[in-house]
Amino acid sequence: MTVITDAAENVAGAGVPGSGRVRRLTGRDKIVLGLMVGIPTLLHVVLVWVPTLVSVLLSFTRWDGIGGLATIKFIGVQNYSTMFTVSPTFWPAVQHNVIWLVFFVLLPTPFGVFLAYQLDKSIRFTRFYQTAIFLPVVISAAVTGFIWQTIYDPDNGLVNSILGTNKPGGTYIEWLGNSHLNLWAVLVAASWKQAAYIMILYLAGLKGADPSLREAAALDGASEWQTFMRVTFPALKPINIIILVVTIIESLRAFDLVYVVAGTNGTKPGLELLSILIANNILGESSLVGYGSALAVVLLVISLAPILSYVFQTFRKEQQS
Amino acid sequence: MTAVAEVPAAAESSRPVAVRRRKRVRPARVVLHVFLTVTALVWLVPLVWAVYTSLRTFADTSQHGYFSLATALTFENYENAWEQAGLPHYFLNSVIITVPAVLLTLLFSASVAFFVSRFNFKVNLFLLMLFTAGNLLPPQVIITPLFRMYLLIPLPDWLSNGSGLMYNSFFGVIMIHVAFQSGFCTFVLSNYMKTIPHELTEAALVDGASVFRQFWQIILPLCRPAFAALATLLTIWIYNDFFWGLVLFQTGADRPITSAISSLQGQYFSNQNLIAAGALLTAIPTLAIYLALQRQFVSGLTLGANKG
Amino acid sequence: MARPRPGQLPTLDRRSVLKVLLAGAGLAAVPGLAACGSGGSTAADPNTVTFGSNGSDAKPKQAYQAVLDAFAKQSGGLKAKPNVQDHQAFQQNINSYLQGTPDDVFTWFAGYRMQFFANKNLLSPIDDVWDKIGANFPQAVKDLSKNPQDGHYYFVPIYNYPWGVFYRKSLFQEKGYTVPKTFDDFINLAKKMQGDGLSPFVQGFGGGESWMLLGTFDYLNMRTNGYQFHMDLMHGKESWSDKKVKDVMDSWKRMLPYYQAGASSKKWEDASAALVNKTGGMMVIGMFVGQSFTNQADYEDLDFFAFPEINSQYGTDAVEAPMDGFLLSKNPKNPDGAKKLLEYLGSAEAENTYLSIDSSNLAVNDKADTSKYGTLQKKAVQFVADAKQLSQFGDRDSDPGFIQNVVEPAFAQFVQNPNTSDSLLTQIQSQKSQYFQS
Repeated sequence: MTVITDAAENVAGAGVPGSGRVRRLTGRDKIVLGLMVGIPTLLHVVLVWVPTLVSVLLSFTRWDGIGGLATIKFIGVQNYSTMFTVSPTFWPAVQHNVIWLVFFVLLPTPFGVFLAYQLDKSIRFTRFYQTAIFLPVVISAAVTGFIWQTIYDPDNGLVNSILGTNKPGGTYIEWLGNSHLNLWAVLVAASWKQAAYIMILYLAGLKGADPSLREAAALDGASEWQTFMRVTFPALKPINIIILVVTIIESLRAFDLVYVVAGTNGTKPGLELLSILIANNILGESSLVGYGSALAVVLLVISLAPILSYVFQTFRKEQQS
Repeated sequence: MTAVAEVPAAAESSRPVAVRRRKRVRPARVVLHVFLTVTALVWLVPLVWAVYTSLRTFADTSQHGYFSLATALTFENYENAWEQAGLPHYFLNSVIITVPAVLLTLLFSASVAFFVSRFNFKVNLFLLMLFTAGNLLPPQVIITPLFRMYLLIPLPDWLSNGSGLMYNSFFGVIMIHVAFQSGFCTFVLSNYMKTIPHELTEAALVDGASVFRQFWQIILPLCRPAFAALATLLTIWIYNDFFWGLVLFQTGADRPITSAISSLQGQYFSNQNLIAAGALLTAIPTLAIYLALQRQFVSGLTLGANKG
Repeated sequence: MARPRPGQLPTLDRRSVLKVLLAGAGLAAVPGLAACGSGGSTAADPNTVTFGSNGSDAKPKQAYQAVLDAFAKQSGGLKAKPNVQDHQAFQQNINSYLQGTPDDVFTWFAGYRMQFFANKNLLSPIDDVWDKIGANFPQAVKDLSKNPQDGHYYFVPIYNYPWGVFYRKSLFQEKGYTVPKTFDDFINLAKKMQGDGLSPFVQGFGGGESWMLLGTFDYLNMRTNGYQFHMDLMHGKESWSDKKVKDVMDSWKRMLPYYQAGASSKKWEDASAALVNKTGGMMVIGMFVGQSFTNQADYEDLDFFAFPEINSQYGTDAVEAPMDGFLLSKNPKNPDGAKKLLEYLGSAEAENTYLSIDSSNLAVNDKADTSKYGTLQKKAVQFVADAKQLSQFGDRDSDPGFIQNVVEPAFAQFVQNPNTSDSLLTQIQSQKSQYFQS
């Protein structure tokens, strides 16, 4: 085991040269390098990080998004106290984001990993399976939302038609309308994409892994499950971490699908999500930019936890070399 | 040199041979095929349902319901959606946004990845963290300040499609895509570049090649599989985006197709069959790109630097 | 991008730092300033007026185009260039649109929703236009085109569409139903319909259509507490936890058992099929429901009655009739041309042209040609003319953000759990202060 991980680390480390090489760069090289790094970094910082920091500042203000600086009123943490104490949608949103996360971690993500593992066995028709399952990722969220609306429609939808639950008076299931059901219905639709996405990422990871590992384990008479748990899975630690982070971030950022299904007009009971609340408060005619930003900061802080732990996990190794 | 050429190809070519040697027809294989077939079919059901709906007429479905045998199948809805929503025009908008955005993202992230993977400057770690973390931020977080910033940045007319501002310009939307997506790509590309042996660039350096030549003539060509994979993903993400297209444009005719398609969904009247047709039409370009680049897709997506 | 040097920070208090940083990030953009800047790059063409339109549906799109073409024909060289945006997206983005580089003239709604932007200084007053078109419009329409805060005109109306309770004449005849006069009759009729196997109240507020719920609430409130109370409530001046609002919810609760199954997951377009195929009884909705009737004979069978009386003091005085029209942006590139366009849009000719294509609405212009109106339209015109007060609609008479983010979610919750109405009203009241500040 240790041999394997060490080997992987050595490869990673081998890419980084000794510091002696740097000295051989000419002045012109340095300028070129500076531009190569400087322009993308500047763009990224100016368009992503500066607005993020401004949003943090705005979260302590009251502003309807109209007019100049004079119309922005500093109100301290009032937005936060409103959010935590008054707003009837905030805590449900947090709860739904958590359910989303747990659901993703428990079902579509492991299923995607499982599919990838099966598809990696170099069997026939693998490209057909791969393509068919990957298709949902190719389609935009707007289209996905539309497709699932036609599936969940109470009268004409595919599900109710098959189950025979489209008869008012008898059994009648409102998948997207019932506030106890709609989150689960949307989660199924989201999983359709998530599992496919994870499958492709993990497949890429598996293809990159050393195949001799698995063969060696198989020859030793280990069962498939044992091979996977003891050899493949631990050897894929970097990709596992990516999968975990992707899953967490996708759960927190979940937006498009619900936005399409629940509509742009306000929030639907049962489908409150932080990203939706942010969009509803910031976009639109009479926006509460300060309050929306405060919600955004909460989401940011929650997102930063996995982002940072992941960043540290991934780069700790490199720091050592 | 030979060693290098094998690196990107290793993942594809060496394994199937090794596995094929042990291949026998086992019941487990049959079970596996049945399982995968069922899964693939289940995954296709929603799409097939949409296709079926799109091929039926409104009169047919409003009379018999959607869950019924079609009286006739027709491409009428596709024709109508194509014309009614002015799809060709919006397709063009999407191309104008997606193509430069994908190319620029790849160029920028390759530059940064080259830097962080080939040179051991102190800022490498920080840069990677900055880009990776930035990529993971929820876009709603930055929209208000970004919009205000875009209103303040003047652009010459040829760059701003006439608005004179970063706001409401293709350029502005392209830039935010590039800024956002370069995080993930930098990460993937730097991992990929780390697998390229160092002796290569070292030899070039001895020959007196400049840094730029090392980047342009040695490293970039070797990263082709990774570019193919990333280009596929980027095209899917950028083409499918409707958030930036919605928020950063005010000229309806300039919006990309994913934002424009909603106009098929009438305020007061909706024809599901028509919308299904329009929606499926919008998915064709990404589907084509995926199918075209599929072979390189999986092998090029090196996410962890763990190749043996 | 002037960012403060770190050394400066300690000397500034927190608030100034905040402002400096905000300024640095571009928040200092003053509306109008940006528009001026862009005016320089795109030299204003004196022969073109830009026209922002939310009429993205097939009919309105075609109708506006016809109006603009007709304008170009008689204007002596002046053309209007339309910028059609998706209906929903246009509203979603209106804030940035108006602060960015808006078109000269654009489509919008009357009521608080127009006044909001007038008060925010994002519109140009058009009193001079009204000097010329004023004679065309009745007083109620004139009042709605003004901002009561400053007394100026801002709005040129084109049409409205009343809300009522729509039903099928043949169905009522067949089953021997009579049009209910009071709310009790209304509920009794619903009960009878249910017994006959019909869905008494056809409703659809699924997907993004929670706004459909507002129509019922508006009428219930105006019938129970009168027009003035309703307006004050909408403007944030009355308390939502008032007994009067609780009474409204209690009446609403009596209606809920008779709602069509699946109302919270259907769009009204799908729900209205029950009216078309006569499996449903009555639908509280606007004139636009006519668009669901693709068969002419069915459409001619469609009729409506006023939402029944609850409190005899208020009878059925108030009618909900949202009015659409046009506004002039703050810094139009071609102000003279824009005013000529607005003048034309206020003419009977423009209205006739529009309504000849999009016939699901009613003319508001006294001089418009109504000779081609069908029975339903004629009745609707009379219905609006007889109204003592005209309300616009929940999200037009009030702060739209408040309605969308606070009231609509609460109502959607209420329909699913009617027993929570008291706590929902308390929640609305406690969030109100975020939107209405005195």
